[in-house]
Amino acid sequence: MSRFASIFARARAESRCALIPYLTAGDPTAGATLAACEAMAAAGADIIELGIPFSDPLADGPVIQAASERALAQGMTLEGVLKLAAMLRQAAPALGILLFGYYNPLLRYGLEAFAAAAARAGADGVLVTDLIPEEAEAYCAALAARQLDPVFLAAPTSPDERLGRIAAASRGFIYAVSRTGVTGARRQVPEGAHTLVARLRRHTALPLALGFGISTPEQAREVAGFADGVVVGTALVERMAAAVKQNGPQAAAGAAAEFIRSLRAGIALAAPGRA
Amino acid sequence: MSTESALLSAGRFGPYGGRYVPETLVAPLDELAAAYATARRDPAFQAEFQSLLKNYAGRPTPLTLAGRLSEELGGARIYLKREDLLHTGAHKINNCLGQGLLARRMGKRRIIAETGAGQHGVATATVCALFGFDCVVYMGEADMARQALNVARMRLLGAEVRPVASGSRTLKDAINEAMRDWVANCETTHYLLGSVLGAHPYPRMVRDFHAEIGEEARRQYLEVRGRLPEMLIACVGGGSNAIGLFTAFLGDGEVKLVGVEAGGRGAALGEHAARFQGGSPGVLQGTFTYVLQDAWGQIAGTHSVSAGLDYPSIGPEHAMLHDTGRAEYVSAGDAAALEACRRLARSEGIIPALESAHAVAEACVRAPTMPRDAGMIVNISGRGDKDMEILRRELQL
Repeated sequence: MSRFASIFARARAESRCALIPYLTAGDPTAGATLAACEAMAAAGADIIELGIPFSDPLADGPVIQAASERALAQGMTLEGVLKLAAMLRQAAPALGILLFGYYNPLLRYGLEAFAAAAARAGADGVLVTDLIPEEAEAYCAALAARQLDPVFLAAPTSPDERLGRIAAASRGFIYAVSRTGVTGARRQVPEGAHTLVARLRRHTALPLALGFGISTPEQAREVAGFADGVVVGTALVERMAAAVKQNGPQAAAGAAAEFIRSLRAGIALAAPGRA
Repeated sequence: MSTESALLSAGRFGPYGGRYVPETLVAPLDELAAAYATARRDPAFQAEFQSLLKNYAGRPTPLTLAGRLSEELGGARIYLKREDLLHTGAHKINNCLGQGLLARRMGKRRIIAETGAGQHGVATATVCALFGFDCVVYMGEADMARQALNVARMRLLGAEVRPVASGSRTLKDAINEAMRDWVANCETTHYLLGSVLGAHPYPRMVRDFHAEIGEEARRQYLEVRGRLPEMLIACVGGGSNAIGLFTAFLGDGEVKLVGVEAGGRGAALGEHAARFQGGSPGVLQGTFTYVLQDAWGQIAGTHSVSAGLDYPSIGPEHAMLHDTGRAEYVSAGDAAALEACRRLARSEGIIPALESAHAVAEACVRAPTMPRDAGMIVNISGRGDKDMEILRRELQL
């Protein structure tokens, strides 16, 4: 069983959904990212989405754009992200690690070289925001050769036949986008999110994680009622940035862990409603 | 389906093109591709498009012999394709009218666009006023400062101009912001992309809407000279005016096609926008093509005196024409473009846009090396009115 599969199975056995924080590697420093990831793992995060910063993050809102800029200004590179992943794997053997980014840095590195390096680092899977299954033949082959899981996005705008294609191309889990738009915190879980997850269930037995706009323990609890995993990105990046601004890079880990504990508590209360 | 048509249906030009977008945008791109495929074959759509090109935009544009310039240079006769005479002052209006008609057919009444020099923004704002659409134009803050006149024109036409403060604050960042808007609002909004860039179907669709440039020029040149020109020269930012001119001549192997990129102020990465001299294949903003990037795949900064050429990637069809050798790509620097602008103004009484001045600069290099009975067509893709502030400063007028 792949690490992602066992993580979702364990969460299900505990009658909760998996908790999946996103953060941008190198924001504000590589050391702070590593410390934050370790602290989040200890606080109950199941899978970390380790963001590969990119100069032109066109699917991201202002918060993650700014995080990318800070990370690049620190000199973070794809190689640096892979090193971070390797250190994180050493420190947290059971943690799921999903590398998360845009296509061009991977292409430049070379798809096969990237897959080899990602596997060596101990990553479990990869999600590329601007890559759809139709364009991903070489990428999927490169990942498959290294037993890495390709995770694809499914959107509320995706018609059923595309959901089938996305399900067929994905391994480990599928990332359902809760609404149209870029990443960023929202007050409510959009109505369409529930529908999308239900539509996806008809095409796949893979676990379904829901992300985009989820920012509070209450929202996480609501999502836990119908999805297998909940992704929290912008709200986490924002909290870390605020703590860093006030108390320096060493404050990032504490802020991250505290937020994860509150989300985990929210999720734990969701059990009764789950199928 | 044959392999070739399978590639075409995915919007490929050789290995280039494709669709590298977030999943959310696939459905709106499919909707657009389907609407365009239907409209393209619909005589009523084509008739309305042609009527607008003629009666609103002012087509056909003249093919003007640059007699004094040709004499001074002492070589090939230089003919100017006068897209600068179109309504709004540049070729951009062709594509905006086409996509405006398409948006109306799709029932989308909110239009978003990006703009670099402001010419596409002005053309979009114009078409939105004509059709009664809401219009939002994204423009980098650096470009807003250097093309302030066009910002005022867009506002006068009723468009909202949204400043983009991220990244290099130029065209690339304006496209990112427009794509973010589209991802959020794709059900009500048409993204009126202004060049042969982006995900399928944009590069083909925008090319088709500009194809009239080359078809006219070919007809006009044959009428005047009784044969085809030896050479075509056009500037290449995203590459829409160049593709518009080249397409009708692609089958005429004896006609040399020359695209001119922005050489900026030097050969170092960040100092120019010459994608074929320092760029390499990569993915930016929806398409696989040549991209200026660093060793880690981060998109590089660019520089050009001309905002319309100041962009780190190039239309995917140009990437194919480059690799197959059908077209040749060179660059002209800031200084050469400024000098060419002054030269054309004084020899012909025509002030070209700084973008088009790059093509004129290359013509000044090529013409003297060609025989006197040879001829070339240079695309004057826009007029220089919008650049007067820069010209006044740089040429100390």
